[in-house]
This record gives sequence, structure tokens and C-alpha cells, in this order.
Amino acid sequence: MTEITEVPSPFCGIGTDDLSIKVEGLAVTVTANGCAVNTPAFEQPISDTAPRIAGQTASLEAAVAKAAELLRDTRQPVIGGCATDVNGMRALLALADKAGAVVDNINFNAARRNLLAMQDSGWMNTTLAEVKNRCDLLLIIGTDPEVFAPRFFERFLWNEHAMFLESTDQRDVIYLGKTPAGKAAVSPAGKTPTVLACDDADLPDVVAVLSALVRNQPLQVETVGNIAVSALQKVADRLRQARYGVVLWSAGKLAFEHAELTVQTICNIVKDINMQATRCSGLPLGGKEGDYTANQVCGWTTGYPARVNFARGYPEYDPFLFDSQAMIANGEADALVWVQAYNATATPPRTGLPTIVVGRSGMQLEPEPDVFIPVGTPGIDHAGHVYRMDSVVALRLKKLRDSGLPSTAEVLNAIEQAL
Amino acid sequence: MLIKLTGGTIYDPASGIAGQQQDIYIQDGRIVEAPEDGRPVDREYDLRGKVVMSGAIDMHTHIGGGKGNIARTLLPEDHRADPVHRTHLTRSGTGHAMPSSFVTGYRYAEMGYTACFEPAVLPINARQAHMEMGDTPIIDKGGYVMLGSDDFLLRMLTAKKDQKAVNDYVAWTLNAAKAIGVKVVNAGGINAFKFNQRKLELDEQNAHYGVTPRQVLQTLARAVNELGVTHPLHVHGCNLGVPGNVDTTLNTIEGIDGLPMHLTHIQFHSYGTEGDFKFSSGAAQIAEAINKNKNITADVGQILFGQTVTASGDNMRQHANHKFASPNKWVCMDIECDAGCGVVPFKYKDQNFVNALQWAIGLEIFLLVEDPWRIFLTTDHPNGAPFTSYPHLIRLLMDRSFRNDMLATIHPEAQKMTTLASIEREYSLNEIAIMTRAGAARIIGLKDRGALSPGNFADITVYTENDNRETMFSKPDYVFKDGELVVKDGEVVKVTWGTTHIVRPDYDLSIENELKPYFDKYLTMKLGNFKISDDEISEDGRGSLTTHPLHIGV
Repeated sequence: MTEITEVPSPFCGIGTDDLSIKVEGLAVTVTANGCAVNTPAFEQPISDTAPRIAGQTASLEAAVAKAAELLRDTRQPVIGGCATDVNGMRALLALADKAGAVVDNINFNAARRNLLAMQDSGWMNTTLAEVKNRCDLLLIIGTDPEVFAPRFFERFLWNEHAMFLESTDQRDVIYLGKTPAGKAAVSPAGKTPTVLACDDADLPDVVAVLSALVRNQPLQVETVGNIAVSALQKVADRLRQARYGVVLWSAGKLAFEHAELTVQTICNIVKDINMQATRCSGLPLGGKEGDYTANQVCGWTTGYPARVNFARGYPEYDPFLFDSQAMIANGEADALVWVQAYNATATPPRTGLPTIVVGRSGMQLEPEPDVFIPVGTPGIDHAGHVYRMDSVVALRLKKLRDSGLPSTAEVLNAIEQAL
Repeated sequence: MLIKLTGGTIYDPASGIAGQQQDIYIQDGRIVEAPEDGRPVDREYDLRGKVVMSGAIDMHTHIGGGKGNIARTLLPEDHRADPVHRTHLTRSGTGHAMPSSFVTGYRYAEMGYTACFEPAVLPINARQAHMEMGDTPIIDKGGYVMLGSDDFLLRMLTAKKDQKAVNDYVAWTLNAAKAIGVKVVNAGGINAFKFNQRKLELDEQNAHYGVTPRQVLQTLARAVNELGVTHPLHVHGCNLGVPGNVDTTLNTIEGIDGLPMHLTHIQFHSYGTEGDFKFSSGAAQIAEAINKNKNITADVGQILFGQTVTASGDNMRQHANHKFASPNKWVCMDIECDAGCGVVPFKYKDQNFVNALQWAIGLEIFLLVEDPWRIFLTTDHPNGAPFTSYPHLIRLLMDRSFRNDMLATIHPEAQKMTTLASIEREYSLNEIAIMTRAGAARIIGLKDRGALSPGNFADITVYTENDNRETMFSKPDYVFKDGELVVKDGEVVKVTWGTTHIVRPDYDLSIENELKPYFDKYLTMKLGNFKISDDEISEDGRGSLTTHPLHIGV
């Protein structure tokens, strides 16, 4: 038995790196600093160790050869999922470049809401250590961080020491949109957050009104989405009074049409506050299971975030056209590679196309794909790198056990070589 | 394999050779003496009539680190205009203002460059910098780690920690981030912006720490010198882009007490306030100060006209400049109690008075600084222009009539405000070889690079002499990297992976007794997870580390 401390997690998106983990043979147990997201993800047992071809156990070499054969004469393969570490993404992009494939990150439709806003007008954002030490006002729009990352408040808001606040109890938390599910947003001294709840459908209007108030624009309405404009005025005033306000949103939770416009409005609120004699920063919550990793590695490799098509021999970026699910549904694709090294429940879309799954051990697949290759999980079965939610900090993941499972990179490199 | 390069005209300033015909022998990646044992040559290249220099070295180019990826993500339209096809040998990608990493490596090699240095490696973002550079083929790389706006250093200065403690922290950071030098950007200014200060003069106090930029510069310059790191403190000064900042820059030079200091993209720090537009050239004063102060080196950060994107750690100044963004979109970030970044697209226009004068100011500095060993050819890629414009810039420096033809096309008021037309100097091939090779290797502290004498690594570029220097420097006949032919007739023929150059200064391990609780209390990563291990660079089988010695006798 070994006990490994200061273990970083690729699962929670907030870059938790203080887990203690006990390893006995192949069994992994989180002994300290676990949470509802991380503990089950680390502790999931290994159930598959051998690749399969059409449901029959096969050697890795045979499975790789079969995968290459399936991809060899394709005209428009798609590689979906893209849930892996930096080396896995490097190999995935090399394979896509050679095969002329579409690369499509599993969470791109959510990330797109941020990317479209960023690519149209930009933003002013911050990272977690700045929140931990500087934030005196946290405005949360349309999401509940404690559901996404149970330790968010404990680690970054109610930390014992903050460099630039006498006490973290001085912090104010305002929810706009969602009502918190639990008590994580209540300060250790018992200070409760302000909650201005509304339906998701009303969020674009509510955010637009807040933006107008920040810009001191006259408004005719008195309520919006059942929230009094006077309450929103107080929010605008608080943003102006804060020394370092932080506005948090999660693109994945803004699941309504043209949410990119709401993201853009949020980003503009932040910019406007910075022109009004104080500081303010945005903080997009996300980054679970390597989805920011996919965008980062694709970014430096191709110049674009991770929804690109290599069919013409060079990367093309279209955040809508190259949606792999739509392409499969429309009959535009002729093979599917599904890469998901973190989450055994994130299975590929159902399709009659030739399908190769490079997935976490234990993935239940129905129907059985043409090729299934179980791979190790980054940060458990092999070392690696993964980006956390602020897209700035890359974590060095540790190898915790010797499972013998290959890494995503090893498998995809082998398929690329065989192609 | 023994390779002979026969009869080329050699420009090797490190050996004092300027235009002599000479043979070069290569074996096992290095330049060797002519064999005396009569061994046959395995491969011979007839270089008679051709110009031979060592591989060029870009000592300041933003090729790794998060801001580059933000710049890429921000500008899909720029990439769409410059797609790069996959070949049987090379990966696909995109180019122009902020090319993708593979394209960056290919294009640098195709211009005869064999080593490039990223000047703004945030300690917390150093992993990304190394990963991006790890996906940049052919060229060697390295980085200068950014300090000076990190809360830990500012806390040390406020607490009046002694110089030795600072030195230990600087050495620890160099080791942890795997860097070859130390950079400071708007000393303390990125930090001050987080406290809502919008500008910070050289002697102005940080609102929270009470520390001034001058104190930061002096402390870090001393640390770098006392640790024996060859590359002097790499300084992006205060007040970037502000009219009148020539005074700040002169004051910075005077105030460093004779310590070695490298001033980067000095063009952006050489502005006066004269004339109708309250914007004028301070180039003459800056050049005079550099000529006089032998402890000072500089690179220019030349701007060239066209679309680019500025990507800087200096988010205080980038935020102030966001109103000039073209296209109108920009990103600023505060980062991890460590630093920040600002990414602002720019389109420099020859008919814009300020841009036109910036262009002239950069050229004036190049031409007025007398010693080519102390001034370096950069555009601060991508800030002044993409690195692919270097051949054009070389022609501007080497060809006075071409330069004056270009000058005649820029904004007429800018023409009146520059003395450029009267400057007769034309750079020689030997001077170009100094500023892009020998001098660059010396200032960075690269041993065994930037020279063509036996014992050096065989990084060699061969050009066909051409009066049009832009044509000549755009497309070398041959480029050898570590003795392997990687480029022929301006195109990649072999893809290799360069090494990462670093220093590993010693430090007192007890510095971690202070750092560890600081990390635990205030930061979001454990100290042990923060440090980059050697195997992170080498584990994929491509990368390697080359450690350079420290200078002794300090």
C-alpha cells in the first residue's frame, strides 16, 4: 500500500491538487480532500484491460491495425470527445491531420458561447489565486458553482488567509439567476449570499438590464424576470464600490439560444466597470475532464480552438459547421473516433458508422463499436498535463498506479503510425 | 558522417572572420577541424560564391506561453487568410500574426533561424510555454522567466529582505520554471494595476507595497548578476508607448548603477512630446545613452506596417491602449498573484502619423547605436510585426536607397519629424551576423552556438549573395541544424527537435521554508506541483535540456 499526497485532479476543473490517495494494487481510495466530483472519479475500478474488435478480445496491435484499416480510405472521419490530457490531444491532432478528420471537443457547444463572445469583442478575466486573495465581491450569473465544483467556495472564497483582505468574511456573494443548492456560499461567520433568482429564459434580459445600469442608461421598466430593477441597481452600485469585483459565469449552464450574446454582455459589464475607477474581472467556470486542454492544445497546434476540420489538408475552423454530432446525424461523416479517457459514462453518439472508441476502462458501450481500446486515465494511470478552468494553469498530473493500460497518446500515435 | 562545406564566404564574427573563403567540416552534429588523417568526406556541399553564417538566433520573440494562445484564439480571421497545408514531411497549421507552433518552427528555420527565446515566461504559466515550444520543431528554444510583479517578491521588498534572500528566490524560480534568464515587465506595474493603479512611474510607489519600479529593477538586476546568470536582467520598461517616455528610459539607464541590463523593444520606450502632435522621436538620446553606457544592451522591437497583434505581460499598458485595438477586440488578464497579460490586435498604418514615426524611430535607433554587439534585431514578434518580416527589416538596414524610398511613402508629418533620411549608415553583412548571431549567442550566454569555429554545434545558414537583401535573407540555400540539413532552397527537408536552453543557479534550499507556507496559504497549487521536472521536457522523446554554465568571479 502506498499513500500519495498533493495529488492534482483533472476531474473538477478548479485544479484541486491537495488530495491524498491510498493505492493498494489497482484499488485507489481518496483519503483526504475528496468531494462528490473527484472521489468517485478517482475510485472507479478498472474493469476492462483488453481491447476488443467487434466485441471479441484482441491484442492492442490488432486493435490498432483494425482502427487504422477503418480510417484508411475515409473521406470525412470525425474525432469526437477529445477528453484527454495534453499528450493525448497532441496525438489526436496528429492523427486528425493525417486522416483529414474533424476534431470536435465534447463540450464545444458550451465553450462556443465563450469563444464567440471572446472572438467578437474580447474580455477581462482573472484566475483563481487572484480570486482567493483579492476578490471582495463575487457576482455569480446563471450558475451554481458548488454543484459544478463542490470545493470552490472552501478553496477560493472562504480560505483562511487572503493577502489583501483582513478577513474573507468581508466578502459579499451575489447570485443572479440561480438559487444555490446548498450552504457552500454562506461564509464561515454565517453571512448569507444575496440571491436574485430568475428563470434561465429571463437571464438575457436581466443581464442586459444590469449592463444598462452599469452604463448609467435610463430604463423604463421596473422589473425584469421578476427581479426589481432597483435590486439590480444595487448590484451595479456594488460592482462600482468593490475594490476587486469578480463576475463568474459558466457557459455550460447558459443553455439557451444565443447565449454567446449574454456572455458578451457579461464581459462588457466587466470592461465597463474597469473604466469607472475600480477593478473588476470575469471568471468563466468550466474546464472539467480536459475540455479546456483540448482547446489549448488545438490552439497552439492549429491556431483555432478544438472544433476544426483537416479535410482540405489544413485546419479550418467553423464553430457551427463542424459539429460532429450534427455531421453524423446529417450523413456528412464516414467514420467516428471517440476519445474519452476520463469518464466511462460519456459514451459516443449512436451511429451506424464505423466506430473506434478509445475510452476509459469500464465504458459500457451499446452497441459494441468496431474497435474498443481501453486506456489509462491521466492523473491515475499515467502522468500528464491538463488545464484547469482559467486556461492559464496547467497541472502536472501524477501516475498513481501501474495498471498496464496504455495512454491515449500511445494508442492514437500507434493508429497514426499504422495509417 | 563527415560533411564538408567547401569554399563558402564565411561571416563568423565570434571568430573575427568577416568575408573570408573557408571550408567547414561537420561531424556528429558539431563543427570539427579539417581531418588530418585523410578520412574521406561522406558528403560535400559546394558553397563557392555563397555566404555562410551560423544559424540566426532570435533573442526576443513570443513563441510560447498563454498570451500567444489567447492571441491565436482571438484572431480566427487572421489565420483563415494564411492556411498552411500539410505535406508528407510537415504538419498543417496557420500563419501570419501569431502562427501555430509547428508553422512557427518551420518558418523560422526556413529563414535561417536555429534558436528562439520566449521573453515572457510567467512562472505559473511556464509549463504552457515549454509545451508550446515543445511543439515548435527544428529550432532550439528557451525562456526568460518573468518576475517583478509577483506578490512574493514585492512582499520580500516591503519586508526589506536582504539581497541574498532575493537571490535565492530568483534562483529557485529560474530552476522551477526551467529558464535561461530573468525578465521584468513594467516593474511592479502589472501588480499595481490589480490595485487599480493605471500608471506607475519609475519612482512611484505601489499603492499596497510601497515599492517603486526602480527598487524592483535594481534588486533583480543585482540578483541576476550575483547569481552569475549570463543574460542581463531583461527589462521591459515603465510607460510603454507613452509620449515622453524617453525620459523614463534614460532615467532607467542612469539608475541601474552600472549593472548589466538589457532593454527590450526599446523603440516603444523612445518617445518625446515635441511637435504639433505632441509625439516625437527620442531615438538620438536613447542611442547616445546606449553608446555611452557599456553595461546596456537593447533590442529594437521594430514596427512594420500591416496587421499584427500585441501580446504582452504588461496588462496595465495594454489596457490603456485597448482603444487603439484593430480589429476592436482585446483581452486583459490578471494572473495568479504572479503577473498578467494583455492581448490587443494592432494594424500599423504608414499613413498614421504615430505609426509612421514609430517605424522611423526604430530604424533610427538601429542606425545610431554604434556597436552591433549591443543592439539586436527584433520586432518583438508579434508586437511590432510578425517575425516573418525580418528579411524586409534587414533590407531596410542594409540598403539606404531602399530605406529612403520607403520613407518617402509614409505620413508626411512623420517624415518631417525624423532624421532618418540624413543617416547614411548601411549595415554590413558582418554587422548583421553580429546582431543576429554572435552577439545574440553572447548576450544569452549560449555556449557552443552562434559561431562557426570547431567545437560549436553545426547550426549553419547558407545564402546566395543578392543585392536585394530581402530576397537573400528570405530564402537560404541551406540550413543545417545540429549538423543535419533541415532546409534546402528555403523549404524544410527534414524535421528535427531542438533543445531547451536553461541555467540552474544554486540557491539556499531553505528558501522553500518561506515559499511552501506562502504557496499553501495564498496560492492555488502546491509548491511541489509548481516546480517543472526535467522529465516534463524530455518525456515525449523529442525535447531535451541543455544547461549553460554561470559566469564566475562575481
